[in-house]
Amino acid sequence: MKSIISIPDFSKSPAIDQVGVEERVARFTTRSIKKASKVQGLKMALNMIDLTTLEGKDTEGKVKQMCYKAVHLHDALPDLPSVAAVCVYPTMVRTAKQALQNSGVKVASVSTAFPSGQSTRKVKLLDTTFAVENGADEIDMVISRGEFLKGNYNFIFDEIAAIKEACGAVRLKVIFETGELSTLDNVRRASDIAMYAGADFIKTSTGKISPAATMPVSLVMLEAIRDYYYKTGIMVGMKPAGGISTAKLALHYLVMVKETLGNGWLSNHWFRFGASSLANDILMQLAKEATGVYQGAEYFSKD
Amino acid sequence: MREKKQSLDFTSKWCYEPAPENSDHIQLKKKYELFIDGKFVKPTKGKYFDTINPATEQKLAEIAEADESDVNKAVKAARNSYENVWSKMPAAERGKYIFRIARMIQERAREFAVIETLDGGKPIRESRDIDIPLAANYFFYYAGWADKLAYAFPNRNPKPLGVAGQIIPWNFPLLMAAWKIAPALATGNTVILKPAETTSLTALKLAEIIADSGLPPGVVNIITGGGKTGAAIVNHKDINKIAFTGSTDVGKLIQHSLANTNKKLTLELGGKAANIIFDDAPLDQAVEGIVNGIFFNQGHVCCAGSRLFIQENVANIVIQKLKDRMETLIVGDPMDKNTDIGAINSKQQLETIQKYISIGKKEGADFYQSSCALPKKGYFCKPTLFLNTSQSHRIVQEEIFGPVLTIQTFRTVEEVIEKANNIPYGLSAGVWTDKGSRIFNMTSKLRAGVVWANTYNKFDPTSPFGGYKESGFGREGGLHGLQPYLSL
Repeated sequence: MKSIISIPDFSKSPAIDQVGVEERVARFTTRSIKKASKVQGLKMALNMIDLTTLEGKDTEGKVKQMCYKAVHLHDALPDLPSVAAVCVYPTMVRTAKQALQNSGVKVASVSTAFPSGQSTRKVKLLDTTFAVENGADEIDMVISRGEFLKGNYNFIFDEIAAIKEACGAVRLKVIFETGELSTLDNVRRASDIAMYAGADFIKTSTGKISPAATMPVSLVMLEAIRDYYYKTGIMVGMKPAGGISTAKLALHYLVMVKETLGNGWLSNHWFRFGASSLANDILMQLAKEATGVYQGAEYFSKD
Repeated sequence: MREKKQSLDFTSKWCYEPAPENSDHIQLKKKYELFIDGKFVKPTKGKYFDTINPATEQKLAEIAEADESDVNKAVKAARNSYENVWSKMPAAERGKYIFRIARMIQERAREFAVIETLDGGKPIRESRDIDIPLAANYFFYYAGWADKLAYAFPNRNPKPLGVAGQIIPWNFPLLMAAWKIAPALATGNTVILKPAETTSLTALKLAEIIADSGLPPGVVNIITGGGKTGAAIVNHKDINKIAFTGSTDVGKLIQHSLANTNKKLTLELGGKAANIIFDDAPLDQAVEGIVNGIFFNQGHVCCAGSRLFIQENVANIVIQKLKDRMETLIVGDPMDKNTDIGAINSKQQLETIQKYISIGKKEGADFYQSSCALPKKGYFCKPTLFLNTSQSHRIVQEEIFGPVLTIQTFRTVEEVIEKANNIPYGLSAGVWTDKGSRIFNMTSKLRAGVVWANTYNKFDPTSPFGGYKESGFGREGGLHGLQPYLSL
């Protein structure tokens, strides 16, 4: 049974204190994750990765190679999970879908004139429908940051709601491009708008703008998810993307998720890393835990 | 609109393995002597007492107990070095010694952190990241003032007082030693310092550093013992200045015994600070501030935010967030790098805290503790809340000095100011609001020596610290911290 959710006034989003957020983040990074908890954490992180290629020069060949890697991360190590999903442009969805078949790895497609989002609603809807019809399991849309910064919060709300409708049962991730939103207050506001408009996931960045995902930005989003959950009982997923390339940083993120939202979010149904080079660093750490020595970067495949 | 309460699950699906800090490199002596006139000497009566690790209840070492004759020796040494060496030395030279002590603390920071945690029970994260680096910073800061006193007090001709007797508490052993010794030396005084009975080790390690630093003998004397030793220092006729940090009861006794003498006095005593959350505050950060305010150092903090005031319209959500946050606090082995709340400093203090918890229950306040497990050995206390309290509850009026927070709600600014000031103490307070003008309004009306805005329990050598009312008088830290050690 669904309860009625009243929509808050987004111009009065809760205040965020940046200094306090940074201080809390610093505490997460002092957690010492060793031995079995490290291995468990690293495998969990590996299983949460959206392996990503989003380049103008992407081809079917490149996408197929990456899809093979998504399932066969490092066959020399036993008991490795696969990644959660691959993330590609809409035109590559069909290829990725075929390559992954019944592997369990999902295909996520960016849409809505990714990465800038500078297009009409009509084009964005077509873009989304195309990806869905080609078999995408998840849609990663971008919000219109220009409209957001102009204060047109209703525009953003309606845009997300329209795309959500076009997605149907396909899970929708909403990218804020936090590097362009500039303040944590804006990040909080965008999070609230997206969740109330029906986002299944909120996501930091496209990976095309610096800074991409940071821990303070992600913490503000996780706390928004927590407030939404307190209020509605609805879980919303979180995906930091871009800039997370080391195993250690990935573990810091998992600590942050665990201590902010608890166990419920510690699976790839609710938490993802958008990353292209993170997987190999984690593999390197796992190989070290298994063999006791670090191996060179060239022992791990680059697809 | 229906608002359901959703609960989060913080049980251990993915738990952190123990990550104990290595203590193999720490060498503790079996017996520690008194540091008088640059040498370690046996106490006259040959008496020693045990210092134990409150997390394991195991004995760490024996500490010399100084009596009146030892105090006499220390004062004599301090007087002699004051008259003949320290007061005659160029101020820049004095500064060099203090800089050297600061650097030596930094070099041996890890050793100090481990010993502080073993002896006092505070989490290694805090002694490593806060206590020890801050202690070094206080020495650095005051070292810089040594040859600039004339600029600190223009046209006032600042002169040292002579011999200072300093008595410090057990909650921040090395840090309090730094707060006391650094400004005293920078201003040209010599020192007799007595650490608290349960936490003498880092002060004695500091004595080793001071001996190694080549500081002239007698400039700093560190003698150990309990209340009697402290009383002998307070009552000694040849001491010019007493600086005391500790309980209000003892502070009153000291002030009593100094009446009719010309000794100068500064007191930094108890507190029962109001931590005030307004409805427009950044609530998630405020919850963090509540946690830092009351659970930092097991609540053994004189400026702890032990009385929480939440504006009524956000009370439920703040309390829900606070309870969830408390579930993630790790209580246990202080040597574990992941521990958030360590051991209560002594059996005696644990009994005091437990006494207040039972008083609170009898008073009918709503009692809440996080669900964490406690170690079987050692002195531990779960983080504790008392909800729905009022100004008339004893647990709201009296200093508990443990991880126990009382929570009251309020409606208006006037009401919360009145309640915050309605206490004999006045050491510190916290204000959480997004509104700048309200911060300034509150800070000018709260009768507290330190008011933190949108943060809590922040310390810095440049910032003065001290209380109003029964929280004491005189300031430590910053430019203000020089004044109590000078005749102007």
